[in-house]
Amino acid sequence: MEKTEIPLLEMKGISKDFFGNQVLNDINFTLHRGEILGLVGENGAGKSTLMKILFGMEEILQTGGYGGDVLIDGKKVLFKSPEDALRAGIGMVHQEFSLLPEFTVAENILLNREPEKYSVMSELFGKRLNTVDRAEMQRRALKAISKLGIELDAGKRIQDLPVGYKQFTEIARELSKEDDKRDEGASSLRLLVLDEPTAVLSEKEAETLLSAMHMLSEAGIAIIFISHRLHEITSACDTVMVMRDGLIIKKVPAKSANVSDIASWMVGRSVSTERVERKVEVRSDKDILKVEHLKVIMPGEMVRDVSFSVKEGEIFGIGGLAGQGKIGIPNGIMGLYNAMGNVEFDGKKVTLNAPRMPLDEGMAFVSEDRRGVGLLLDESLEWNVAFAAMQIKEDFLKKIGPMKFRDQRAIEKVTKEYVDLLEIKCTSTRQKAKELSGGNQQKVCLAKAFALSPRLLFVSEPTRGIDIGAKALVLSALRRYNEEHKVTIVMVSSELEELRSICDRIAIIQDGRVADILPATSDSTEFGMLMVSKVNKEAN
Amino acid sequence: MGLDTASLDSAMLKTKIQGLVKSFGLPRLIIALFLLLLFIIAPFAGLNFFTGLSDTFNRFGMNAVLVLAMVPMIHSGCGLNFGLPLGIISGLLGATLSLEFEFTGMASFLMAIVFSTPFAVILGYGYGVLLNKVKGGEMMIATYVGFSSVAFMCMMWLLLPYDNPSMVWGFSGEGLRTTISLEGAYSGILMNFLSLEIGHLKIPFGMFLFFALLAFLVWGFLKTKTGTAMTAVGSNPVFATASGVSVDKMRTLSVVMSTWLGAVGIIVYQQSFGFIQLYMSPFYMALPAVSAILLGGASVNKASITNVVIGTFLFQGILTMTPSVMNGLIQTDVSEVIRIIVSNGMILYALTRKQEATR
Amino acid sequence: MKKFDLKELLVNNVVTIIFVVICAVSIPISGYSPSYLISEVITRISRNSFLVLSLLIPVMAGMGMNFGMTLGAMAGQIGLIYACDWNVVGIPGMVLAAIISTPISIILGYLCGEILNRARGREMVTSYIIGFFMNGVYQFFVLYLMGSIIPIASQSLILPRGYGVRNTVNLIGMRKSLDTLIDLRIGGVQIPIATFIVIAIFCVFFLWFKRTKLGQDMRAVGQNNEIARDAGIKVEKTRILSIVLSTVFAGYGMIIYLQNIGTLNTYNSHSQIGTFSIAALLVGGASVDKANIRNVFLGIILFHLMFVIAPLVGKNLIGQAQLGEYFRVFVSYAVITLALVLYEMRKRRAAKLALMEEA
Repeated sequence: MEKTEIPLLEMKGISKDFFGNQVLNDINFTLHRGEILGLVGENGAGKSTLMKILFGMEEILQTGGYGGDVLIDGKKVLFKSPEDALRAGIGMVHQEFSLLPEFTVAENILLNREPEKYSVMSELFGKRLNTVDRAEMQRRALKAISKLGIELDAGKRIQDLPVGYKQFTEIARELSKEDDKRDEGASSLRLLVLDEPTAVLSEKEAETLLSAMHMLSEAGIAIIFISHRLHEITSACDTVMVMRDGLIIKKVPAKSANVSDIASWMVGRSVSTERVERKVEVRSDKDILKVEHLKVIMPGEMVRDVSFSVKEGEIFGIGGLAGQGKIGIPNGIMGLYNAMGNVEFDGKKVTLNAPRMPLDEGMAFVSEDRRGVGLLLDESLEWNVAFAAMQIKEDFLKKIGPMKFRDQRAIEKVTKEYVDLLEIKCTSTRQKAKELSGGNQQKVCLAKAFALSPRLLFVSEPTRGIDIGAKALVLSALRRYNEEHKVTIVMVSSELEELRSICDRIAIIQDGRVADILPATSDSTEFGMLMVSKVNKEAN
Repeated sequence: MGLDTASLDSAMLKTKIQGLVKSFGLPRLIIALFLLLLFIIAPFAGLNFFTGLSDTFNRFGMNAVLVLAMVPMIHSGCGLNFGLPLGIISGLLGATLSLEFEFTGMASFLMAIVFSTPFAVILGYGYGVLLNKVKGGEMMIATYVGFSSVAFMCMMWLLLPYDNPSMVWGFSGEGLRTTISLEGAYSGILMNFLSLEIGHLKIPFGMFLFFALLAFLVWGFLKTKTGTAMTAVGSNPVFATASGVSVDKMRTLSVVMSTWLGAVGIIVYQQSFGFIQLYMSPFYMALPAVSAILLGGASVNKASITNVVIGTFLFQGILTMTPSVMNGLIQTDVSEVIRIIVSNGMILYALTRKQEATR
Repeated sequence: MKKFDLKELLVNNVVTIIFVVICAVSIPISGYSPSYLISEVITRISRNSFLVLSLLIPVMAGMGMNFGMTLGAMAGQIGLIYACDWNVVGIPGMVLAAIISTPISIILGYLCGEILNRARGREMVTSYIIGFFMNGVYQFFVLYLMGSIIPIASQSLILPRGYGVRNTVNLIGMRKSLDTLIDLRIGGVQIPIATFIVIAIFCVFFLWFKRTKLGQDMRAVGQNNEIARDAGIKVEKTRILSIVLSTVFAGYGMIIYLQNIGTLNTYNSHSQIGTFSIAALLVGGASVDKANIRNVFLGIILFHLMFVIAPLVGKNLIGQAQLGEYFRVFVSYAVITLALVLYEMRKRRAAKLALMEEA
């Protein structure tokens, strides 16, 4: 690629904050015709925000726009909607399929862009009564498919296709747009963004996709390829760009980068969170939780085969990239999602798929889905804190005859205690949970779990979506709870540094399996490698 | 200076009123004002204010328990109980059995409730299990479960071997009559108990007390451990599951409770009405009860005893007052139309209301 | 594998199968002659097909069974009232009625669609309540305003009190005017050829409509609102259009239905039309999210066969025709209940299966 030509896309000094929270900082890069750019970074590194800016998504404008300039062909552009981006020849294939299962491949490729045949009725009732020209539709669909260099029956219904072909249908949809009658100045597809297209594909399908990408690139279409599979990045891309904490860390030719370098760029922290050393040793040698061949069916977080054990008094971390299955583990053990396998707690077998059982045994769970699972949003703090303990341990009840009534005074007392202990900011203990900020809601979730006085506590993504001050408070509260009450904690988090700051050991989950378990003091590059390397599937 | 404070005061008053309107609900406010207007203009239509009030009280007592039957199911998140006819059928079975065994007076009333209880429990249980299988589509299915069961019972009323001559058709000697008089049984048993009369004003304390008793039981139940769990299931079923509560069990229990209250509700209704009405009469009985509780400020997933009291009073007030006032004023009885529009309009309002951020 | 398919086939068509069995068992018991049954079925097909066909479009757009089709029926009735009032008879009368009903249907359909867009996920129960609500509005217009504020020329249409339309309107001038337009008798059985031609035209229209851009959009919206919206389809507008079309056609269907019956029950004719049309469609093997022309005709044949023979079967079996009448009412509701329950359960099972597949 000659560097002298005017780049297809140039981003100059792009920055973006959401309500004061800086997510992108001074992003500068260029992309040339036919170039394949691999974009990597942990979840939350700023990749998707950057793509949203490129596409003129509404939420960017609604939250105050962005700083810096986007240049196409050297000219400054400001996309106000995805349609604007489309007109400029930018297409995107999202991680989730936007395909209609009962439509054929052709119908999906040309969804809402169907070629029409004139019908008399349209004179009377408007254009929507033109009939759809099926032959032309078939032709255009096949033309787009052929550009990918694959075989695909355009007449087949999407629901009958293997998942890989759904991905191709999505890409073909972007390619078919050049056949549309467009207004003047609109351009055919020149830049295609693929957001983790291979995540759901089998190895063979992924290979086909990568070769299709090359065909497109040879036809002059530039591609931004977002993936966590680093070997794909190094083999298929011209350039690799690594993002972390809203910054571009590295942009190098793919030839000169190897997988382990990229991994360390991804997870390394410029300002690493201080590791808090233990003040009291509460760990023992006894295995309190043993998990063997756990399989959990949780959409988007499938656990395929996980085995590990946790020592009593330990803080055990579970990390990995989003969608790899780490979140499925506590949800499966606690019976919230369909699970199979063998779980033993303190030497006793835990019945799976029965949420009551693990609670009765003395386990508790702070869910990653605060609003959906963790809280009764429409009820008071008192109810949120006391409810689980009331149901499981019959706390906060007073008996009148055979009836067990809520003991309002006890409930209020315990809620006040936790409000003070965790510094929950609220107007009163009667305030509704939905009126609190995210950080305070998280503390209420912790209080709910603490009130159960469990022997083992699962916390899932405890700091997601809360501000830095609250983060530190939550983490120190967990550590303190562990040390003061000798409670074993299993903490699941996407933020490696957070795990490294308070955990004793960390397991990294990749593709629904344990990649490895390392002491938390290990080098962050090692963890990064585990997150992105491919686990050998034949190992089991 | 004085002007400033005045405008400040009026601004404050405005926000205060707005807040009040918001918390009270606009439709409820309109209906309440409309009812107030009806009471005020009643004398001009040649109607005694106190007679109107007495009628409203009486109909409140008649219907309040049926409206109360909405509460448990709304609490557990099963939605509006359009399947109320199922409870009514249990009540009808209890009532006819009580007459069949020739109970009289207070005993017949109590035995009607006793006999209806096993039916309510069994039917309610089956209905609850069914609703658990169709979560999300409860309301439509509940409606049709109600309809089918009414139609089914129409056949049963013809076939079941009742033989008390006061109940079966005279000429054939089999098949129950469409309306059965409760004279000598429990006609007016609550209505005339502890009834207080001052001039034109008649207050049926007996019926009020009976309703208060049931309302107290429901209120008390909601304060127990199980009641709390039921409310949590309605508020956020996933939270409840994660806290070890069986969502299906709680929902089934709530359906059984609602069905039983429906059964008692119809028996209370009958004692005031003086007759048992069989065959197609339970068909549309769910709709007035549903709209009454909504009028009282309940939503599809939140309801309280206060909602029941306010709603029943407003709804029955409109129902009693419009025909007489309208007739007196414009010699036209549009009350039926007003009833249809108000009650169904209220349900539509509730169904289309944006749910507050639950879950 | 094959055995599994068979089971699936049985489960998916259980409603139809039950009906085939009911009819097969009852026809001999009823003792009706085949020629009588055939002529009855032909009449019923000509009478009801258009109404049932009008339900297909909203199903395509994912809005389920349009219980709000009663709105169209009301519009059709208003059209007929005016056609009678202006004394336009025969085919011109029907055309006039259709012309008058169209704008009313469009307005009502639009309102209905707007409301349903605000009640997403519970369209069916909402459209069902809209039917009730509009019935109140209809009564207000026809029973109170017509003849007093809205001019009605013919005194024979007006109630003796001076305003409001009579309970029955005799459509003698229009009676069977479409059915007998082309006179054809086969073995003494009158075949309403012209009506069948109109129905056939509607079927062709429906098939053509599915192939239009609007039809394509409706199918897309019916599968997934969000994906359709992302693709740039105006989801809300498309949904409203589907209801408007359905309402307009239901109006025409009602006119065809009533010309066959010959009298209009001003306040009752429309009230059960929704239930019976939907029941017929479901009996034909349709479900909430899938319905085609075959379902319409199969459903009408089976459902109305049962309807015709039920009273006589009741009489021959138990000696009570009344029982048969209740039975057919029960079956109409039970069919809808069963179909709705099966639909909800299938939906949940499909979601579960999809999850297992992902694993």
